[in-house]
Amino acid sequence: MTDGRSVVPAVTAPDVAPARRSIEIVPRRGLALVGLAVVFVALSIAGNWTWALMFSHVVGGALWTSLDLFVGLVLGPILGRLSPATRAEFTARFMPKMVIIMPTLVMMTLAAGFQIARKLGDLSPGSPNHPWLIASFCVVGVMAVIALGILEPANIAVLSEMNKTEPNVERIGRLMRRFIYTAGVTGVMQIATLVIMTRVGSR
Amino acid sequence: MSSRADASNDVDRPYPPVAWCSTIALGCVVIGGIVMASYAPRVAPLGVATALLVAGALFLAGAGVLLTRVGPFAWSKFVTFFKWSLLAYLVVAGMIEFAFVRDHTNGASLVIVTLMLVIFALSVPMNIAFTVARYGEID
Repeated sequence: MTDGRSVVPAVTAPDVAPARRSIEIVPRRGLALVGLAVVFVALSIAGNWTWALMFSHVVGGALWTSLDLFVGLVLGPILGRLSPATRAEFTARFMPKMVIIMPTLVMMTLAAGFQIARKLGDLSPGSPNHPWLIASFCVVGVMAVIALGILEPANIAVLSEMNKTEPNVERIGRLMRRFIYTAGVTGVMQIATLVIMTRVGSR
Repeated sequence: MSSRADASNDVDRPYPPVAWCSTIALGCVVIGGIVMASYAPRVAPLGVATALLVAGALFLAGAGVLLTRVGPFAWSKFVTFFKWSLLAYLVVAGMIEFAFVRDHTNGASLVIVTLMLVIFALSVPMNIAFTVARYGEID
């Protein structure tokens, strides 16, 4: 899930200074790491390997939530105070990395998490954690639709636009507005995830 | 749109709601996936899941039909972004399918999950490619 919502407050239609250098929308060097993560998670599931599943779920989930909240609550406001040229330069370097980091973390978290829940019996109707996990599914579902259906297309479209010799500033601003509109919902969902997961973990 | 030149200067014109349709299709299969996963390892009520699957398929098909009516469009850009994001989301869908198969999901449940994953793997690339191409240089 490409959550670059943080950069949103930073880039508004009237004052974007488009980056001139060519942007690699998907950093190819990072794909090797993505491949490693996919193989690691697949092997963990295939072998039902408890430590590896826990590693994938805890590390992936912690980074996902932390990055999301950090970018939204800390980085975004800072970017908003930078000069337009600096913001554009930062966006051009930052967003491509988010294109591969976030989906990878989400994949690690969800795939391993589901397997752990199965393995520990938390999905059984009799488990006290069952209702919390269903709530977690719903939270993830909301985030998935926002991230995959709204934010990721906008993220890639912005990068594509910035790659043009003459990027359309108004168009970039319009696409970036999606991040502002959804930032509140995503933040609430991440807080809900923290509450649910700590609740599940303490039972 | 009287000419190709006019069209190329008008990429911000209104487009049919292709992205909305594919996002709603995605939403349908995400909800369907939640229903199926909520019942694991039991068998989920297939009626609800099937209804969501059909709704998702209809919205995705609707997006496809609308896409054929967009008029002048950056088709080469659409194809480029669609095929690469399709590759990425086929990997994601494959991982999810693998998890369900590994957990002994079978029969009608597996068929429904698989079809939902197909819609998932098509709707996200459709959305990405359309959003990028609508602002691209018209072919």
